[in-house]
Amino acid sequence: MTNAFLSLSYLLASILFVFSIRGLASPETARRGNVLGMIGMGIAILATLLSPAVEEIWWVLGAIALGGIIGVYSALKVKMTSLPQMIAAFNGLGGLSAVFISLAEIISGGQTWIESSLGLLIGAIAFSGSAIAFAKLQGLIKAKAIVFTGQQLLNLLLGLGTIGLTIAFCLTGDVKLFYALTAVSILLGFLLVLPIGGADMPVVISVLNAYSGWAAVGIGFSLHNVLLIIVGAIVGASGAILSYIMTKAMNRSLMSVMLGGFGAETKTSGNSNDEDKIAKSGNPTDAAFIMENANKVIIVPGYGMAVAQAQHILKEMADDLMKDGVEVKFAIHPVAGRMPGHMNVLLAEANVPYEQVFELEEINREFATADVAYVIGANDVTNPLAKNDPDSPIYGMPVLDVEKAKTVFFVKRSLNSGYSGVDNPLFYADNTIMLYGDAKKITEEIVGALEQK
Amino acid sequence: MIDIWTLLTILTLACFVGYFVVWGVTPALHSPLMSVSNAISGIVIVGALITAGISQMGMVKIFGLIAIVLASINIFGGFAVSQRMLLMFKKKRKENR
Repeated sequence: MTNAFLSLSYLLASILFVFSIRGLASPETARRGNVLGMIGMGIAILATLLSPAVEEIWWVLGAIALGGIIGVYSALKVKMTSLPQMIAAFNGLGGLSAVFISLAEIISGGQTWIESSLGLLIGAIAFSGSAIAFAKLQGLIKAKAIVFTGQQLLNLLLGLGTIGLTIAFCLTGDVKLFYALTAVSILLGFLLVLPIGGADMPVVISVLNAYSGWAAVGIGFSLHNVLLIIVGAIVGASGAILSYIMTKAMNRSLMSVMLGGFGAETKTSGNSNDEDKIAKSGNPTDAAFIMENANKVIIVPGYGMAVAQAQHILKEMADDLMKDGVEVKFAIHPVAGRMPGHMNVLLAEANVPYEQVFELEEINREFATADVAYVIGANDVTNPLAKNDPDSPIYGMPVLDVEKAKTVFFVKRSLNSGYSGVDNPLFYADNTIMLYGDAKKITEEIVGALEQK
Repeated sequence: MIDIWTLLTILTLACFVGYFVVWGVTPALHSPLMSVSNAISGIVIVGALITAGISQMGMVKIFGLIAIVLASINIFGGFAVSQRMLLMFKKKRKENR
């Protein structure tokens, strides 16, 4: 196989990958895009296998088959609600793969010390960071921020340690230093994600996603492989942009998210007149009555909907209301859930057509003309304090203007504050009615009342 | 061997391509974007194939083979889960009653 053939194959693969991301511009072209990505990957793997660099093929094919079977099996078995941790897991494995390639490259006497160190460092952090993110999302460890004294100092020291080890290794080429770098980077990844709380996960997952791309770039430099550099850069850009969008949707800097500790303890707001505030509570039958007589209902789902798996019954409720001539729309905040676009996927799973689902900027003005806002499992993303209390930790975060609807229903287990630890004054507003209970159960009862006529 | 400046040029241009393409992705598909780009980042498998492709069995080859298994899980799993997700995004069906 000639060199020109290999280069052309890599070029073709790169182009296909660009088109695969491009396809995601609209749900109509997205599936084709994904298929183009698969073809690109197939071409890249096949061309490499046929190149003279690969001298032995049977073990290699066996390894691909083993990984492929594990990957497809777990992808087909995973429940849609476990998607965020699944993506974290895949991401971590990609990072670990980069670690092993760097190690092999150095053991075999490779001379690209700087590049291999970078690939190793980024890959290792992507791996161990994703491992912690996975454990938090899966509920293996506490999702809340885990903080201890001296944590940031320790992270700083470890960070400096990786830089020091990288420099020392590049000067001496001592393999032992490279092993030490591996260990320290992995530890750093663990400690970086540990202090980050559950609701900041959309940012963390995006950042780790970017890391897996930059790790590929590092490996590309160490192996002088153009394809790895191009594709790694695209993935890195994708993760970086998603992180930017997510942090912007929370009005926080990437630094403040990564330093962590947000929402570690629930602060009770200092107001002494807290007890005087009374939240009205209602029952599902009344809610059903008000909604079926409404002209327009906007549903605001949050992570609580995902936890309760209420998306299917919610779709039923929307269908029943539409049969009664009510206009029903879904409003999604960018950081609702545990990964970018989480709510969109869950609603799609429940067969809600995507034309009925709107992003924050598209729908925010419509709350003023809505009769009912049905907030299910969301809290902080509706909190008006973000607009009018400069002292609030969430001040400046773009929020959904649900309070402008004539009636607001909050489906919630209790009056507890949300992830940010900030009390939501909306609970005590005159036009708010609380529906206490499990998101799924309450919605089921509403559907029951709607259909019983 | 390609010199480092050529590689840096390619990297820079690829960042621009990535930047523009990714901003074009609709927010509703941000989850699939993550899983597709995740699958694509499994491209490190190309490096793993070259590493594990040597004829001599030893540490290097074993590490390479482990890297292949891990990257394959990432690739196959990532594309499969993306397809599953994307299949769910449907248009409104024509009401027929």
